[in-house]
Amino acid sequence: MKIFAYEKADSPEVAVRNIDSDAARFIAGGTNLLDLMKLQVETPTKLVDISRLNLASIDEREDGGLTIGAMVPNSDLAADPRIIAGYEVLCRALLAGASGQLRNKASTGGNLLQRTRCYYFYDTASRCNKRAPGSGCDAIGGTNRILAVLGTSDQCIATHPSDMAVAMRALDAMIVTLKADGDRRRISIHDFYQLPGETPHIETVLERSELITHIELPAPPKGKQAYRKVRDRASYAFALVSVAAVIAVEDGKIASASLAFGGLGPMPWKDAAVEAALVGHAPTDDAFRAAADALLAHAKGYGTNDFKIPLARRALIATLRDLTGA
Amino acid sequence: MQFTINGRGYEADVDVRTSVLDLCREHLGLTGAKKGCDHGQCGACTVLINGRRVNSCLTLAVMHQQDEITTIEGMGQVGNLHPLQEAFVRHDGYQCGYCTPGQICSAVGMLDEVQKGWPSHVSGNLADPAFDDSEISERMSGNLCRCAAYPNIVDAIREVGRAEPEGRTADEKDAAMVEEVLA
Repeated sequence: MKIFAYEKADSPEVAVRNIDSDAARFIAGGTNLLDLMKLQVETPTKLVDISRLNLASIDEREDGGLTIGAMVPNSDLAADPRIIAGYEVLCRALLAGASGQLRNKASTGGNLLQRTRCYYFYDTASRCNKRAPGSGCDAIGGTNRILAVLGTSDQCIATHPSDMAVAMRALDAMIVTLKADGDRRRISIHDFYQLPGETPHIETVLERSELITHIELPAPPKGKQAYRKVRDRASYAFALVSVAAVIAVEDGKIASASLAFGGLGPMPWKDAAVEAALVGHAPTDDAFRAAADALLAHAKGYGTNDFKIPLARRALIATLRDLTGA
Repeated sequence: MQFTINGRGYEADVDVRTSVLDLCREHLGLTGAKKGCDHGQCGACTVLINGRRVNSCLTLAVMHQQDEITTIEGMGQVGNLHPLQEAFVRHDGYQCGYCTPGQICSAVGMLDEVQKGWPSHVSGNLADPAFDDSEISERMSGNLCRCAAYPNIVDAIREVGRAEPEGRTADEKDAAMVEEVLA
């Protein structure tokens, strides 16, 4: 690990001011950042410790939603009775991720900013446009079993690894930030992540010193919720494919649907065409197949990850059957 | 830097890069917590920080100067073992023993999480999770045992956590194995 300067911030305002170069990083739980620093994938010259900021509470809002402090550990979020009662998809997604030890340390804000587990991103001897822009991509044409089939570019086929963020997309979360100039932003999670295109090293719309302070969930949605994760082991493994679903059926028809997917794309994936194929239709296999067609219309396999395309289709249909009893 | 480990104060002159694991092992002579992968994947380094189980390899010592750190050395001593240590001995919950300090620290933290009613990935009812063998396995999945002593580890934890047994007890399994060998 390269040496760095360490500063502990005692307020969000101090924290954002202390990020004074492109090589400075916030550290909260550190479970991903330190992993990457040990491998010198990340080589920050300064760490600003935000782990003790007063951003660790979950508060109810007047509109029936919740405001989650960015420092709330993943474990605490999953165990909160209000999350269990109103946002089962989020609870299930959190519990499907990592291990008990990691969830105790990992923060809500940090989980949103996890980096890809692409083998070539982690291996500093490989070419990777995300780690070293312009160097090339050894994943394309390489072993890409765990990598993306949607939203890729010829520069990068990495997947976003988070389970939590997939559920938050299905729940239409808002991300609240603080910038160095003191301005605050509320960013929809749907606008938060960026596709790789020609710049796979840029993953979100966050500016250099911008700090996630809170995540807002709207009031609990109508209908049933589920998170289905398909992975290589029964526990403690990243998703090959995951489906976060919130579906309401009224009078024999799907009244509302919100679906997001993990393991398929460079960001927690959501496509309005999937929901359009479902809403207003009876919950039948015909509608479910149409939704899968919509999801995968532009899917592209890269060899060893081709299996993800039929796997995503089956995982989506199985989730929809479970939730609607079809 | 100053630290509180197993209820005792320590002072150490360490680099900011030092993990809690390296602090304990390399600087303070507390070699109970083990370094397996050093990347948070194996759980051999598990310790409790303020009562919560964490991977000590993936956390910086400098960030934990005000916290209560508990390692396996603080769980029990020879002649005065922690109930989980006793249960691991009784159920033969190890072979080489390298993962055992992490397994036991993790199990202590895990049983506390169960006590608090925290759900897991395999909980049917998230608001009132059951506690059985599948829950133990899921909740302990962050601790690998390359000797694959898992059945006996589950037996030990079940006994101390008073989980509902599934299928046969360890003694029944042993008896069946003896019968098989004799036949």
